[in-house]
This record gives sequence, C-alpha cells and structure tokens, in this order.
Amino acid sequence: MNIKLKGGIILVVLIAALYYAFPTYKAYQPGVDPQTVENKVNLGLDLQGGMYLDIEIKVEEAVTEIIRRTAVELEDLLIDEQVDFVEVRQTAGSLIVEMEEGKKVNLEVAPYDRFLVQFEQITEGALTFLNLKEEEANRIRESAVSQALEVLRNRIDSLGISEPSLQKQGSNNIIIQLPGLKDRDRAIELIGPQAVLQFQIVNSNATPNTYNRLTEVVKYQEVWDKTTNKLISKRPFVLEKKILMTGEFIRDARVRIDSRDNSPYVALSFDSIGADLFAKITRRNIGRNMAIVLDDKVQSAPVIREAITGGEASISGQFTVEEADTLKIVLRSGSLPAPIEIREERTVGASLGEDSVEQGLNSLMIGSALVLVFMIFYYRLAGVFAAIALIFNVILIIAILGAFGATLTLPGMAGIVLTIGMAVDANVLIFQRIREELKRTENPRAAIQEGFGKAFRTILDANITTLFAALALLQFGTGPIKGFAVTLSIGIIASMFTAIVVTRFFFDFVYLRKTKLHKISI
Amino acid sequence: MQFLNFKEGQFIDFLGYKRFAAVFSGLLILAGVVSIVAHNGLKYGIDFRGGTNVQIQFSTAPNLDQLRQFFAERGMKNVVLQTFGDAADKEILLGLPIDSPLGTGENLTSELRNILLPQHPKLEIRRIETIGPKVGDELKISAVQAILIALGLVLLYITIRFQWRQGVSAIVALVHDVLVVVGMFSILDKEFSLTVVAALLTVVGYSLNDTIVVFDRIRENLGKYRKKSFEETINLSITETLSRTLITSGTTLLVVLALFLLGGEIIHDFAFALLVGVLIGTYSSIYVASPLAVLLTKLAPPAGTAPATS
Repeated sequence: MNIKLKGGIILVVLIAALYYAFPTYKAYQPGVDPQTVENKVNLGLDLQGGMYLDIEIKVEEAVTEIIRRTAVELEDLLIDEQVDFVEVRQTAGSLIVEMEEGKKVNLEVAPYDRFLVQFEQITEGALTFLNLKEEEANRIRESAVSQALEVLRNRIDSLGISEPSLQKQGSNNIIIQLPGLKDRDRAIELIGPQAVLQFQIVNSNATPNTYNRLTEVVKYQEVWDKTTNKLISKRPFVLEKKILMTGEFIRDARVRIDSRDNSPYVALSFDSIGADLFAKITRRNIGRNMAIVLDDKVQSAPVIREAITGGEASISGQFTVEEADTLKIVLRSGSLPAPIEIREERTVGASLGEDSVEQGLNSLMIGSALVLVFMIFYYRLAGVFAAIALIFNVILIIAILGAFGATLTLPGMAGIVLTIGMAVDANVLIFQRIREELKRTENPRAAIQEGFGKAFRTILDANITTLFAALALLQFGTGPIKGFAVTLSIGIIASMFTAIVVTRFFFDFVYLRKTKLHKISI
Repeated sequence: MQFLNFKEGQFIDFLGYKRFAAVFSGLLILAGVVSIVAHNGLKYGIDFRGGTNVQIQFSTAPNLDQLRQFFAERGMKNVVLQTFGDAADKEILLGLPIDSPLGTGENLTSELRNILLPQHPKLEIRRIETIGPKVGDELKISAVQAILIALGLVLLYITIRFQWRQGVSAIVALVHDVLVVVGMFSILDKEFSLTVVAALLTVVGYSLNDTIVVFDRIRENLGKYRKKSFEETINLSITETLSRTLITSGTTLLVVLALFLLGGEIIHDFAFALLVGVLIGTYSSIYVASPLAVLLTKLAPPAGTAPATS
C-alpha cells in the first residue's frame, strides 16, 4: 500500500478517534456536569454510585387475579339472574361452575357470553369448566409487565433522581438503575409494595375461630414498636370476602396531620365514579366497621357513622411522616398488577465509586507507564513506535465506547488495563520477528518486510482466539462481567489495528522511505 | 538490549523436562482437587450461592469479635464478618445468609444503623449486594455455559487452522490452567465469584494466545526443517518464541500486578486470578500443550507420514 494512503487512513482514524473521545474528556473535567455532555463514556453505577435492581414481576399472580375477579363477577351475575348453582370455584388457570342437580345455564348467550371472550368452556355433567385461553393469559402477562413499568416509573420519579432508567428484560423482569441514589431504604420502600388498596366490611360478630369460610376471610393488622422497629402483635379481623372497592378510583392522595394527636394520615380523594361508589357503599353499611386493607394488611377499620358523599376517605395508622409520605406516593402512582420480587440488588455509595475510579485510573496509569518504559528501554526507537501505537490504542477504545454511549464499569477499566498488557504482544511478535530476520540477513529493509509479514498470521490467530474468550464472556447478560467483556473485545480489535497498521506506518515512514538503509533501532 | 539471544538453530531441550513437568502439573492439580474435596466444594461467593453482602466503613478500627457478639445477641447468628481491604480502611464485609429477612428488606440500612450507631456513630454503608437464589442458579449455569462455549470455539478454530491434535493439546492445556487457578482459590480459601470466572476466561484467552504463537512457529518450522526430528523442531520452535513469550508475559504481569496492588479490594481477587493464570498459562503453553502435541502425533500419526521419532 502506498505510504501516503496509509498515512491518510491513520490520520482519518486518529481525527475520528479524537473527535469521539473528546466529549468524554470534556465531561469529566472538574466543574463540568457530565450529564450536559452527549456521546460520552458513561460511568457505571459501581463508579458513580447508585442502585441497580433486577426485579421480577410475578405475572402468574396477575393471571390468577384476573381469574379470581372473573369468578366473583360470574358468581354475582348468577345470583342476580337467580340461577340455581352450587358454587363457582377457582383453580389454576380456570373457573369451575357447579350447577344444582339437573339444572343448566347456557353461557353462550347474554349476559354470560362476555365471559367467553377470554375463556373456553367445557361442560361435564353438573360441572362447567371455563379455561382461560392461552393467548389471553399471555396478553395479561404482557400487560402486567408494561403496567408495572408505568407504575414503577411514576413512583421512581418521586425520588428526584436525574437519570433513572427502567428497562424490560426477558419476559417478566425489569432492570431499574438509579444513578446517584442516596437513600437506599426509601427506594426499596417505594418500589417494593404492590399497593393494592381494598375496602372490606368487618364482621364484628365473628372471631378467627368461628367464621364462615365461604364468605369471610381473616386479615391482620400489624402493630409495630416505633422505637425498636419490631413487630409487636398481629390483630385479626374477620372481613367479608367481597371487596367493595379498590384503589383504582383514587384521584389524589395527600398527607395530613390529625390535629388531635398530631399523627399523620393519608387523605384520599376519589374520582366521580369512585365518589358515587363510595357513597353507595357507606350508605348501605352505616354503623358497621369498614376495613381499609393495603396489600392484605388491615391498616384501620373505622366505624361508618354516615354516608360519605364527598368522595373523600382517609387512611390512618401508626404512621411516621415518612411512611405516610411513601404511602401517598404509592397510592397516587397506582397499584402494581402483580407482586414483585427483588432478584438482585447492587447498591454502591458515591464515595466508594469515587475511590474505585481513582484506583482504576491509578492502576491504568501506572500499569501503562511501566509497559511503555519497558518497551522503549528494550526496543529503543521501535519501542517508541509501539508506545505511540499503545496510546493511540487507548484513545481508540475510549472513542469507540463514547461513540456508542457505552458504560464503563470497574471491571471494564480492568479490561482496558489488561488490554494494554496484551496489546503490546502484537508489537512484541513483530519486533522479535524483525530481530530474528536481522540475524539472517544484512538487509534491514527485507527484515522489516519479512518480520511484519510472518508475524501477521500469528497475530491474527492469537487475537481471534482471545476474542473467542471475550465473546463467551458476553454470554453473561449481567452488568459487571459484560463491561469487562466489552472493553476487552474492543481493546483486542483496536490493538490489532494499531500494531499492524500504525506501527507499520512508522517503520515505513522512518526507514523504508530511505533509499539507503543500513541500520534500524530495535 | 537483548536477552535470551540464541544463535540460529540453537535450542533448549524443553521436551526433555516433560516428565518433570507432568509430575509438577499433576501435583498442582491434585493439591487443588484435594483442597476442594476437603472444603466440601468451592467456597462460592454470593453471585453463585445467593445472599447479601454489605460493605461498611467505620471511623475507628472495628472489633470483629465484638461485632459478631453484637449481631448474635440480636438473633443474627449466621452473619459472616470479615475485614475488607487494608486495616487502614477500617472496613468490614458483612455477609447475610440468603434467607435473612434483612437482606432484601426495605430497612436494611436503617436497621444496621440502629444496631451499630450507638457504638460507631460515624459509619458509612458503602456497598450492598443482594443476589436472590434464582439469579445465583442462573449465573452458575451461564458460567458453565460461557466456559464451554469458549473451549468449544477454541477447539473448532484450532482444528480448522491447525490439526485436531493441536486442538486437543491446547484444550487440555487450558483445562489445566483453569484447574490450577480454581484449585489455588480453594487452597487459599478465597471466594469463587463471578469476577473470578471472568478472570478465568481471560486466562483461557491469554494462555491460548501463548499456545497459538508456539504452534504457529511449529507449523512454520515443520515446513522449513524437513530433516529435523519432530521433537527437535518443537524444541527449536519453543526456543525461538521464548523471548516473545517471556516479554509478553512480563508486560501482562506488570499491568496485572498494578491492578492487584492498586486496583482496590473489589477487584483484588480478580487480579489475583489473573496473576496466577498468566504465570500458569505461560508455563502450560511450553510444558503442557507442546509435549502433548508430540505425544498425540506419536500415538496417532497424521495419515501418509511415518511417525517422527528422534
């Protein structure tokens, strides 16, 4: 290849590399807010501090919940229509309607036919099975995840993190990344609860030992000791199974302070449908206690003294102000369609992140300096070529990472450090080959050409196999390992370019242009 | 400047040490296996077994025994406490078992503060890592998969570029390296975590790099010196590439040493695995992969050629 063309290519790559590496340089100057700079290398949560959460949406529970609601609806409808049935049962994935001896109901006509949109019916004697269609179940699962994403986004917005990230992963996982998060506990408090609010009537005449298992259920109120943070007792309530109303009609929630005892409570206001419903419910149950149940725990169970028509309700409990505030936020953001489970958490404090950046940079600087000094000492001028190629290599890695807006983690930094140690290998292979050729021939020009030619194949073989190992690492979807694999792969490719093209150019430029070449410094 | 300056055709009889090398490698691996058996398996980090790690920094040097008693008094007997990094950092790593309700609880930091603050008013919770049981199992599967994928790709590539004999020799050398590093972790009672697997795969890549360079030279020399015996050619090839092998190992060790000494406690084990791996990988390309290639060529000579003997 023509030396001018080669020089031109290198110049273009160098300018492009500097262009793409510059934003990263600019972003991390003191006094600059990195977020204002685009196309930079982002620092991973382990370097800037923050929280990484991998949560699983229990989508099967969303499916079960839909079946449960349908069962209640169908039962109510059968009662309203005065059909003679024994009961409506629920199993995994289906409903079973048991009719009285000899009685029948045709589910294919109104008002029952709407149930057949989601369910398939199979009748066997007195039993009618309604099986949830598989495509419907899938739709429920998918919408549970997208709904959860929406709800979690709303809750996280209240944390005031400047660049939160929520991503769906796989079929039912969500990855939440909260850079710069300070209060870990508060984030978990906000993200964790399903926040399903239910209103149910208390049967004050029944006890947990004597209640009607068909129509009633026992739920508990937890009593916590505020100073030691320990659960003191669980107070049981017998509730009617029927859920009169849920939190879906909440228009707004606010924290108020009760003037009598200065305790905080959460005031809810319902939308117009909710207000009408609430008025109807309270009017029917004057004199009884209504339990306000949050995630299956009774919060309070006040007596209904009169019909509440203003569309307002309040949840009082033994809240601290912070707890009331959290409850306010989760109620405003709506409930999650299914419970969630934290599969993985990685939280790093900002100061540890700073330490890690410093340690990573230190080892990078000192490691590179040692290698550069050795190369120059051992290979003289050729070593200087290699050193320049190596620095070029690091700029290239940063530029490629920056161009893709990639994230640099601590293992990623280790990957760069390692690349530097290994990148000189290509140069070493070439230089040793040239030295060997020099023993054989008096002609340095031929030695250079032979050296590069013979080393090329070895470099290719050796680097491709290392790249395989790096690709196998990409197998891990998870953050830290991936970061390492990415920088290692980019580093290997960049180092092949710099050794084969850039170092070669220096030899061409310094030696091969000369008409008379007697000695080379290697 | 030059060292290991050989005249053309001059070589070191590396293959002459093959019995010694076989015993050495065998003992290294055996020691590791014995240690793993004695320890009832590897000491997995939370990445693989699940659980919670909390890194806490104190303002004054923490007294581990006192802290242990402290946690035990509060019904937390299964916690693991160890100092983390230099004593000067005054840091501890608190390990909670996977079923600890505190681990994924919303009150983790506030409860730890409640417990510890009376005695350590200026503590800082620097890092929390929780891995659920499912994730741990998934990561174990990915780790095994990644190592198998890497080895499979390597075997395929070397078989295409060289011969299956070399491919098999290279794989045996790689498995040798992995076993030695894993054994070393067991002997030193270090935790086997996800980052150690990453280091292992890097060692695989690195050691392979070394092996390929030697094999490449063997292939070249076999074509060049048709009169020399196979073993002599191999000795010559190893000798010719020796400077390169030592220089590259040297520069890599320099940076790995920088990582090990300056990279901080979080990647300390990672750097340690690399340190052992680079050393053993260099050794294995010379003393494991090449003798094995000779052995396989003797046992199963390539079709159409007479078995080369010295």
